[in-house]
Amino acid sequence: MINLNTTATNTWCPGCGNFAILNALKSVLGSLSDEGFPIENVVIVSGIGCHAKIVDYINVNSVYSIHGRVFPTATGIKIAKPELKVIGHAGDGDAYGEGIEHLVFAAKRNVNMTAIIHNNRVYGLTTGQYTPTSPLGYKGRSTPFGTKEMPINPLELMLASGATFLARGTSHGLELLKKIIKEAVLHKGFALVDILQVCVTYYNMYEYYDKRAYELKDHNAGDFNAAEQKIREWDYNKDAPIALGVFYKKDAPTFEESFHGRGLNEDEREKKIDTLMAEAK
Amino acid sequence: MNDFSVLIGGKAGFGIDRAGLIIANILNQIGYRLYIYRDYPSIIRGGHTFSIIRASKEKIACHKKKINILLALNQDTFNFHKDKLTADAVVVYDSDAVKIDGLSGSNNSTAAPIAKILKDDNAIEIMRNSCMVGAFCKAAGISWDILDKEFRRDFSKDLDMNLKIARRGYDSASELCKIEPIGQEKLPILSGNEATSLGLVKGGLKTYIAYPMTPTSPILHHLAGLAEDFSLKVIHPESEISVMLMAAGFSYCGEKVAVGTSGGGFCLMTEGLSFSAMAELPVVVVLGQRPGPSTGLPTYSCQTELHFALNAGQGEFPRFIVAPGDPEEAYYLSQVALNIAWKYQIPSIILTDKNMGEGIYSFDKDSAPRVREEKLPLWDKRSSYKRYLRTESGVSPLAFVPEKDSVIKANSYEHDESGITTEDPEESKKMQEKRLGKEKFIAEELAGYEPVKIYGNKKSSTAVLCWGSNKGVCIEAAKGLNLKVIQPVILSPFPAAQLKAAMKGVKRLIAVESNATAQLVRLINSYGIDAQEKILKYDGRPFSVEELEAKLREAAK
Repeated sequence: MINLNTTATNTWCPGCGNFAILNALKSVLGSLSDEGFPIENVVIVSGIGCHAKIVDYINVNSVYSIHGRVFPTATGIKIAKPELKVIGHAGDGDAYGEGIEHLVFAAKRNVNMTAIIHNNRVYGLTTGQYTPTSPLGYKGRSTPFGTKEMPINPLELMLASGATFLARGTSHGLELLKKIIKEAVLHKGFALVDILQVCVTYYNMYEYYDKRAYELKDHNAGDFNAAEQKIREWDYNKDAPIALGVFYKKDAPTFEESFHGRGLNEDEREKKIDTLMAEAK
Repeated sequence: MNDFSVLIGGKAGFGIDRAGLIIANILNQIGYRLYIYRDYPSIIRGGHTFSIIRASKEKIACHKKKINILLALNQDTFNFHKDKLTADAVVVYDSDAVKIDGLSGSNNSTAAPIAKILKDDNAIEIMRNSCMVGAFCKAAGISWDILDKEFRRDFSKDLDMNLKIARRGYDSASELCKIEPIGQEKLPILSGNEATSLGLVKGGLKTYIAYPMTPTSPILHHLAGLAEDFSLKVIHPESEISVMLMAAGFSYCGEKVAVGTSGGGFCLMTEGLSFSAMAELPVVVVLGQRPGPSTGLPTYSCQTELHFALNAGQGEFPRFIVAPGDPEEAYYLSQVALNIAWKYQIPSIILTDKNMGEGIYSFDKDSAPRVREEKLPLWDKRSSYKRYLRTESGVSPLAFVPEKDSVIKANSYEHDESGITTEDPEESKKMQEKRLGKEKFIAEELAGYEPVKIYGNKKSSTAVLCWGSNKGVCIEAAKGLNLKVIQPVILSPFPAAQLKAAMKGVKRLIAVESNATAQLVRLINSYGIDAQEKILKYDGRPFSVEELEAKLREAAK
């Protein structure tokens, strides 16, 4: 298998859920490479936060972008070169907070790319504030008396926005995670995987998730209503069973396919400009 | 009449823009050089909107205050502009909508009952313009054949009806003056925005991304219309934030990309601008200025974003900024801006404004200096690829995904040569020096682009300093007073040496700017140059030749 390691020193906390995501991604990229997919056609894009260091730890093409802006950057790359496999990594802070409009539009456009959300439901790098998916009453450093707002259910939002692949995984179940990520990466269209990733330092939910998580069985991912029902089973707030696996999957035209411009050479351009100028007289 | 102005006015929604353009095209057919100033409120229906079509034997780039022919489609047009009429001016009006009480005795007038004509022929309301154009041609002694020819060129839809309505306007009016054909070669008529678009396309632009915002939306519309013919990608995303980051994605893939906006949108782009500087992802920004703060006067003009453009984005990084003063400079400098952005992997900003972008000019493409798209500094593949390799010039060789057996890492964090994040003090210092070091090499290259232009009486010890869209009016107003005019067209890296050379023999410098705080003067002050007088205008409107001439006369005393 291809060596995807870099020389960068890993600075995630011991026990961080990001390790599982990193390992799952390496394994998926390795298997794609083994199956003949050219690894140089992979570009990973990250935002800012603990998750984002992933680009330093995998030896593939990458753009370490800015907070909340993973998906417009990734969209630009995908439209520029549709043959690339573009995988966007974002935290819940930048995907569901600062850059939520971009996520909605990436889903709405059905850009053929993968969104892997490292959803630890806390801001790690800025040391423990609530995020859009923290439960009501979460006590963080900016909300010492508990939040006064409900979390969003990102999968429900993405379903409504037009995403054509929706799945959930956890950082405590590597085999399932690999399977889900690979399926997402191979999906043609906008695929989002919400990964309940554990932050051992600020929001350790290993036990909580382990108790409630179950793998989706006998679920028809092609059925919008069934997907909606399963997605609404747990609202990221109240106690409820937490389904893992692929909720929704649909074939639809992708955004980047609609762009055909490849540019002209300078002489052709000049000739066309001269024609336009003759018409403007 | 070798130099005259026609003002056509009505309500927003009347199609005044189109009518102004048709009149300009008719005058173009008979050999005149044109400039159109378009004044419209930020509304879709109602209000007062007008265009001043100035025609001259000489090439022009500004309007005059005095109006020779007033075309009034509503009462406001007559009321608001009657004081600007020359002594021998001609008024053409819709006798169904306008009363011309209070017109001075020596002015001539003629009318067409436009509402009645439209009703008789069952024509739609927008065709009142065609009726007025017909009446105008008759009043100005322009032959029907010329109108007919221009209409056939202009109308793909409803040609016959438009011609019929125009003919009735023509027949209703009487000839009151004579605009003689002057037999010059025609020139294309286009807006500053169109010239900028074409310059970008000529320079190798493959993708244009923008969120609509006056005054640069017409670039988005123009390029979207040309996309198929020129094999471009044109994208209108959800916000200017997205615009700038999508551009970064294209840039990472090696596709020449530009974005367009105004000050408010540029506010949202600044984090992306700073990212493009750190990650060395070249981008060209067309920044069309309009008066602020905040929403300000959305459909008017100013020059208030010079320091914003110079300082936008966190951190310290080099940027290339040009300020074209007319469409030929816009065409030329847009190509240069693309070349420099990619050669040095930095952001370039084309600073325009509403007057420049939406002003319409006779465009003499061949008078613009010729530029060729420069070759990219590509990786030679002799050693393993490092995206941020340090070199003497600070420019790292480029490679683009997919590149077999190579990994291309772009990074918004401080990074090492291979693009991996670093916080090492020594490495951080070196990388900051690498990026900033490019500025010296750009500055050396500037001399080849005539960064400071000089016009008028080059021996005059009094000079007018201007930038951007004030170029045309400054040259014309200074001519009457026999003054020198100095116009820097590149504003970053600032061509201080060239400006000092241009200032040789100048004892009195009069700065003319469309802002309240003399932004260019503040910039030249930091290079030890000062202006003795400042003529500042910040009401959103352009200087007219007469207004500026009077102010310059005062300032030059």
